[in-house]
Amino acid sequence: MNIDLSRRGFLKLAGAGVAATSLGAMGFGGAEAAEQAHVRAFKLASTTETRNTCPYCSVACGVIIYSNGDLKAGQEARVVHIEGDADHPTNRGTLCPKGAALKDFVNAETRLTTPRIRRPGAASFEEISWEEALDKIARALKDDRDANMVLTNDDGVPVNRWTTAGYLAASATTNETAWLTYKTVRAMGIVGFDNQARV
Amino acid sequence: MTNSWTDIKNTDLVVVMGGNAAEAHPCGFKWVTEAKANRGAKLIVVDPRFTRTASVADYYAPIRPGSDIAFLMGLINWMIQNDKVQWDYVRNFTNAGLIVRDDFGWNDGLFTGYDPEKRDYDKTSWDYVIGDDGFAQVDMTLEHPRCVWSLLKEHVSRYTPELVEQVCGTPRDRFLKIAEMIGECSAPDRTMTSMYALGWTQHSKGAQNIRGMAMLQLILGNIGVRGGGMNALRGHSNIQGLTDIGLMSNLIPGYLNIPTESEPDWQTYMSSRRFTPLRPGQTSYWQNYPKFMVSFMKAMWGDAATAENDWAYDYLPKLDVPTYDILRMFELMDAGQVNLYFCQGFNPLLSFPNRAKVTSALSRLKLLVVMDPLATETAHFWENHGAHNDVDTASIQTEVLELPSTCFAEDDGALVNSGRWLQWHWSAATPPGQARHDTWIMAQIFLRVKKLYQEEGGVFPDPILNLTWDYADPDEPSPEELAKEMNGRALEDVRDPADPTRVLTARGKQLLNFSQYRDDGTTMGACWIYSGCWNEEGNNMARRDNTDPDDTGAYPNWTFSWPLNRRILYNRASADMQGRPWDPSRKLLEWDGTKWTGYDVPDIAPTARPEEVGPFIMNQEGVSRLFTRGMMRDGPFPTHMEPFESPLANVFNPQMRGNPVARVFASDAEQFATSEEFPIAATSYRLTEHFHYWTKHNRVNAALQPEFFVEISEELAAEKGIQRGGWVRVWSKRGEVRAKALVTGRLKPMQCGDKLVHVIGIPLHWGFMGAARKGFGPNSLTPFVGDANVETPEFKAFLVNIEPATGEAVS
Repeated sequence: MNIDLSRRGFLKLAGAGVAATSLGAMGFGGAEAAEQAHVRAFKLASTTETRNTCPYCSVACGVIIYSNGDLKAGQEARVVHIEGDADHPTNRGTLCPKGAALKDFVNAETRLTTPRIRRPGAASFEEISWEEALDKIARALKDDRDANMVLTNDDGVPVNRWTTAGYLAASATTNETAWLTYKTVRAMGIVGFDNQARV
Repeated sequence: MTNSWTDIKNTDLVVVMGGNAAEAHPCGFKWVTEAKANRGAKLIVVDPRFTRTASVADYYAPIRPGSDIAFLMGLINWMIQNDKVQWDYVRNFTNAGLIVRDDFGWNDGLFTGYDPEKRDYDKTSWDYVIGDDGFAQVDMTLEHPRCVWSLLKEHVSRYTPELVEQVCGTPRDRFLKIAEMIGECSAPDRTMTSMYALGWTQHSKGAQNIRGMAMLQLILGNIGVRGGGMNALRGHSNIQGLTDIGLMSNLIPGYLNIPTESEPDWQTYMSSRRFTPLRPGQTSYWQNYPKFMVSFMKAMWGDAATAENDWAYDYLPKLDVPTYDILRMFELMDAGQVNLYFCQGFNPLLSFPNRAKVTSALSRLKLLVVMDPLATETAHFWENHGAHNDVDTASIQTEVLELPSTCFAEDDGALVNSGRWLQWHWSAATPPGQARHDTWIMAQIFLRVKKLYQEEGGVFPDPILNLTWDYADPDEPSPEELAKEMNGRALEDVRDPADPTRVLTARGKQLLNFSQYRDDGTTMGACWIYSGCWNEEGNNMARRDNTDPDDTGAYPNWTFSWPLNRRILYNRASADMQGRPWDPSRKLLEWDGTKWTGYDVPDIAPTARPEEVGPFIMNQEGVSRLFTRGMMRDGPFPTHMEPFESPLANVFNPQMRGNPVARVFASDAEQFATSEEFPIAATSYRLTEHFHYWTKHNRVNAALQPEFFVEISEELAAEKGIQRGGWVRVWSKRGEVRAKALVTGRLKPMQCGDKLVHVIGIPLHWGFMGAARKGFGPNSLTPFVGDANVETPEFKAFLVNIEPATGEAVS
């Protein structure tokens, strides 16, 4: 959700109003244009504000993300600042040393940007296309499932479980990702299924 | 959490034991500060280290790692001996009066029915006496020699202050002072809250640690009330959600269970889930299990799930073991029995015990797929990083795919906080490079597998081909669509059972909540406990009204709290048998003569009379359990067990090692050390500047805490000749780490009987990827064994040795 009434935008308007009024009152009407020309706008005034929550611990502090660019308007957007959300009942605007540095997590140099593959025995990764990577995964899943799916146990009871493939789910993905992951993993019969809560 | 972060402000006493909230949950801990400042609340910390939480506590006591049950049973014993019991609560809201079978007992640290060969109990005797009327027999005077209260009194009588001192190393005067402070909270108008985390779970008897405190809270009357409760401080932002949605080997969303082989058909599966009440007139809400289960099956397989095919019961896998948890999977992997493994935002190379075994296991995979926003150690496990990852790269034949996924700033959806609030968030940034949403990646994998089965046929394709996938864009289901599936919708008109002419929800509409779930296939819903999160009123998880009527801390219109937007679980227990609040100044609910009113959504029916229906609606008894029948593998009461690696023998049974029913694989048993070889107790912990293995990728946090260290006492440093800030080598029977020594007064040797026990602390934030200096984690040292009930690894109590390692360069 973008914040409809931008607090920064409001401040910018109010600030400009004060400057213009006082300059005019002192008889410097002609200076107004020159003043406007060299006063820099607040850096955050042109950003888009978005409500989010901190991805680290389960206090789930509210944060406001400031981006250059508006995703909702179909633009590219890059995070330039993150701060605590003063409206959030739990953290009331405060953040810890981790949450306060969130921007540099989003923009970390070690963020992954391209699919890569490490071949057996190789000493480095090489780039691979999404298409090729996903086809490779699907082929490996299909072949291993067909070879190792346990349809019945020794008593002939249908058990339909697959133990030679396993799936570890995350601790910070959304509920919605979790549900889609659940559907996919369970439909295939994978039982070696866990998330961070196990540890 | 039974309560919420914002409710902590209502407490009189905070007990932090098994956690370090000021360090690990700083902004949540501010509510402790609020309670201290505004109510005069006190804070007690019991921990092996004098932690950051201890530094702001009113009272601190040290405890030897892994001895918490002795401390907690000691507290319960003291409460009973000193009449610090909320009697009306115990009599009416717990099973204290229920009569237990004559053949149940405890001896030499073990309950009746132990089979050392199977490492398991025959739990038949751990049960109530059931009368001819089908109900558990009860003695409300609590004087019957076989009632739960009498048995509990006898069970805890062994845990005297002297025994606590001997086992826990906690000085007797400190234990007694804490007992007195806690005892004050037995008054109906005093409440205590328990805040705990992995300091209690990461033990081979972690579940029993938590039970111990839950029992103490029940005896004090502190469950279901404002400022009370059992508050598990979950470690990650959506670890609660992923567990709720059942992403575990043996779970179905909403805490339903994957069937076992002994349940070959639907009727057998359901026959053990009837949940008939054990006392007259009780709710026993799990009686609705079939509604939740059928609605889940309809969410999965739609029209392919019918009454005729038992709702596609055959599509579900059937387990032959309790769980294929991570320990079992890595054991199988290490034996060459796992070929493919997926890690979605999870870094097992640093998160799972006995790193040498984890590396060996990953090296035997054919294909490892890692989806992560960051370059993790797991994706790079085959890379040689000198001492920090000393592997023979060329010999590792595992193929590894590293797939870039998005992070929180780039996706929409809900995370569930520790207080069960489902909070929606919105994306603010374009994913970097070719990074994609996890939903897109999962859809792409699934659709490709499905296509292969359509084109080639194959083994049992039905559950894949028939999986519901009716999304507007099949290539990337939207968060909105997925959230609505979890809420549930009407497949046919849902009618009022009391008046079938009345349509509650029309066909195709979102269900109001789980009260509209049906077991006849006319509703679908993936996760019943979330139902109500996105009904015809819209996305309730996105609500942002932060008003708080009468400042109760409930914030009832902020997002959505499961279940049914209830903010405090078991809230009916906040009022007495007449429905009057135990503490009028902290009213939560009140019976007005015809219905329940107040600040929260009541957990019993709104018109259920207070003197008739018990507050613990999920239990067949209608009351809470001080004695838990055969529901836990290691006993109906907590009993003291040592860690698998302990400096002391078990005081009740010197022959007994660890938890006598914990699962141990043969190769791991060989790697358990004795205190003769490894005399020093070790524990692991977090630092406030870091979040697990993520923030070392962040330059700011890497600068705040740049370098791995181990924390040791001044006494141990002197004994071993270790310099402050000097290099040390720490090793266990499974591996070694090198680190700088942080010599502090925060750790002290503990006198346990005639043995002086040294404890060292090992923080967990370093690896070989990211912006921080390379370092090690505690998992290079820790034993490969888990809790007997849930298999959470024993990271918090193990044995090591330490020596100075001067002059050695660590890059």
